[in-house]
Amino acid sequence: MTPSIFAFRFELLWTDALVWLLVVTVAGYAAYARARPHLRAPWSRVSRSASGMAAAVILAAFVLVGLLDSVHYRPQLPPQDGKVAYATEVRSLLDRVVEPLRVKREKTYSAPLATHLYAKETLQTADGREVREYPRLRHGGAHLKNPELERTGDIALRAFRGLALALLLWFTLAVGLSAGVAQRAGIGIETAWGDIWRGRTAVPWRAVLCALAVLVVLVGPVAALAPHYHVFGTDKVGQDVLYQSLKSIRTGMVIGTLATLVMLPFALVLGVMAGYFKGRVDDMIQYLYTTLSSIPGVLLIAAAVLMMQVYIENNAALFPTTEIRADVRLIALCVILGVTSWTGLCRLLRGEALKLRELEYIQAAHAFGVSHWRIMMRHIAPNVMHIVMIALVMDFSGLVLAEAVLSYVGVGVDPSTISFGTMINSARLEMAREPMVWWSLAAAFVFMLSLVLAANIFADAVRDAFDPRLVRAGAAA
Amino acid sequence: MSGYILRRLIYGVFVLVGVNVLTFALFFFVNSPDDMARAQLGAKRVTPEAVEKWKLERGYHKPLFLNEKLSGFERVTETVFFDKSVKLFAFKFGESDQGRNIGYDISTRMWPSLAVQLPAFLIGLLVYISFALLMAFFRATALDFWGVVLCVLMMSVSTLFYIIGGQFLFGKLWSLVPISGYNGGFDAVRFLALPVLIGVISGIGGNARWYRTIFLEEISKDYVRTARAKGLSETRVLFRHVLQNAMIPILTGVVVVIPLLFMGALITESFFGIPGLGSYTIDAIGQQDFAIVRAMVFLGSVLYVIGLIMTDVSYTLVDPRVRFS
Repeated sequence: MTPSIFAFRFELLWTDALVWLLVVTVAGYAAYARARPHLRAPWSRVSRSASGMAAAVILAAFVLVGLLDSVHYRPQLPPQDGKVAYATEVRSLLDRVVEPLRVKREKTYSAPLATHLYAKETLQTADGREVREYPRLRHGGAHLKNPELERTGDIALRAFRGLALALLLWFTLAVGLSAGVAQRAGIGIETAWGDIWRGRTAVPWRAVLCALAVLVVLVGPVAALAPHYHVFGTDKVGQDVLYQSLKSIRTGMVIGTLATLVMLPFALVLGVMAGYFKGRVDDMIQYLYTTLSSIPGVLLIAAAVLMMQVYIENNAALFPTTEIRADVRLIALCVILGVTSWTGLCRLLRGEALKLRELEYIQAAHAFGVSHWRIMMRHIAPNVMHIVMIALVMDFSGLVLAEAVLSYVGVGVDPSTISFGTMINSARLEMAREPMVWWSLAAAFVFMLSLVLAANIFADAVRDAFDPRLVRAGAAA
Repeated sequence: MSGYILRRLIYGVFVLVGVNVLTFALFFFVNSPDDMARAQLGAKRVTPEAVEKWKLERGYHKPLFLNEKLSGFERVTETVFFDKSVKLFAFKFGESDQGRNIGYDISTRMWPSLAVQLPAFLIGLLVYISFALLMAFFRATALDFWGVVLCVLMMSVSTLFYIIGGQFLFGKLWSLVPISGYNGGFDAVRFLALPVLIGVISGIGGNARWYRTIFLEEISKDYVRTARAKGLSETRVLFRHVLQNAMIPILTGVVVVIPLLFMGALITESFFGIPGLGSYTIDAIGQQDFAIVRAMVFLGSVLYVIGLIMTDVSYTLVDPRVRFS
């Protein structure tokens, strides 16, 4: 008897814990900011930016995939002698959702949507002769009796069905949105529909719907084809490239968010202290960040990662499974990236704190006998938060790009972790093959570009909304 | 002026001391030399004798700070800290863990690095500033809008893709240049063309956008309005007034990287097989050669400190208001 799908044990990896902590923090901040008009104002400015909202839709899709991939569990194995055991392999909810992609492995390379392998093999025909041929794939298009004739039609039909379903879903969402807008504004649903499409709503719903349309048009056919074909082909060991791309999203997002999270306390505490106390403290902190930033970034990261590798190799007993080891390496990478990259933000915050400490309200606080600590916490820190927020969103895309480069240099994530860097790294040599294997690289390119581009555009919207200089200039114009 | 530079130099030395202490802590406290030996030898060959031999060959067998067995000066000089850390200040890099002379390697390998980096830097600067000026000149028009869109698009593509794409197009498909390799003399141009081109293109997005922001900030200032009110043409305003005043923020970002050009570009050099310091570093990381990584960290910091001082000096050249006393 095989155990039901509900028999499993949750496995909280370190990165999962931090990711969910981050989610809770963001939710808490959202609730806090909602109740305060001065915190709500910049975010409502973000929500009025058409490009920002469109990018947010795409980002949300990536975040969804990343979060699904951050719930890990171990499935229960078929019981032996009445004992309940769990698999050693850790899976995530995403693995469960896209189970066919993970399980359906081929022998080696196959092109996108192919029915045959990419390399010829010696096969035996029914009458015992040996021929060199492209063998059929085990899974890709395996349901077709006569691939040469049926393949194109089958793909077109499935893609069309997926597209139709996706568009139907999109249309339902659009109508639902119109109904929501109509109810809020107290107008008819048709008027609301017209307003949205003429761009008359305060929140640019038209841009949101357009971004959603692009998303469903791309995802629909792929989702419809994925169970029966390898939409982005397979790699050297026959693993589905689409699956790898989906798994890479989490790695990129974990690095993009957690590294900034690590860097934040250093930058905030030291920057505000340097600017507020001036004198000795300022000299010390300035010396510290000049020293750190004088070491070329990649070299410092490389040195730290090398030392971490040595530590992990010599203390292998602390990290029982490959997943745990890979996860610890991922965290360590985030910590190292954070510790080496706080200097830029620290410098900005120091400058701002220097300006703020001279203002009257701080002097008034002094006169009332408020302690230094309290002045920094209550009066200075909240007023530099816009810089922090801008830095948070601006750094994300840079970190995702940095991961790829670092993994190439060999100081990035664990080789067993699927990431954009490891994907590109292994695909690089395939370009030199004859005939060329291009799809791994193309998939990594498409996914990475959309993630980073969406993050960049969203970051621009956030910066425009939070930067007081830009806001004032916008109000005057 | 000279007093100011002297003060900056002394501060620079202090920064280098800090870097040295930091790297020493990183390399000798996080893991002891024994750990490094075990990692290098591999799990199968680790015996106490092999570890001792590995340490002896590379000079890690001495005590860290104080050699109790010796007397006088040698108590301090015959230590790992003095050998591996203090001697760097005299640019005595010692031998790599593989037994090669690091100082010699650096002196031969920095020239190919410079041959890639210097043209890429100069052409890049010209291209980025021209592009940014173009966008600033046609600000708030379709050209500016699509220019920014192009910039954001280009900065969202990883450097790795520029290199792989360039090698594929120019090297493989059109066979214009060799895909990788290097040769001395005039022949080097064939090998350098593509890395330089890729270096310039991969930087366009971020840099042109950054310079555009600087120019737009200058353009919105009062003296520009005055210049226009006097009836100066827009080109004259842009090239004579704005460009000159934008030099300070531009120099801040640009001058500091000039000395670092010697260090080369890690990724570019390793992809194109250029025997420079960048590929040297990558190889060292791959082979876990701690001595080379330490030497490169120190060299990088020295060059950065030189860059900082050069930046300060360059301010006095472009801005008559800046005087150091």
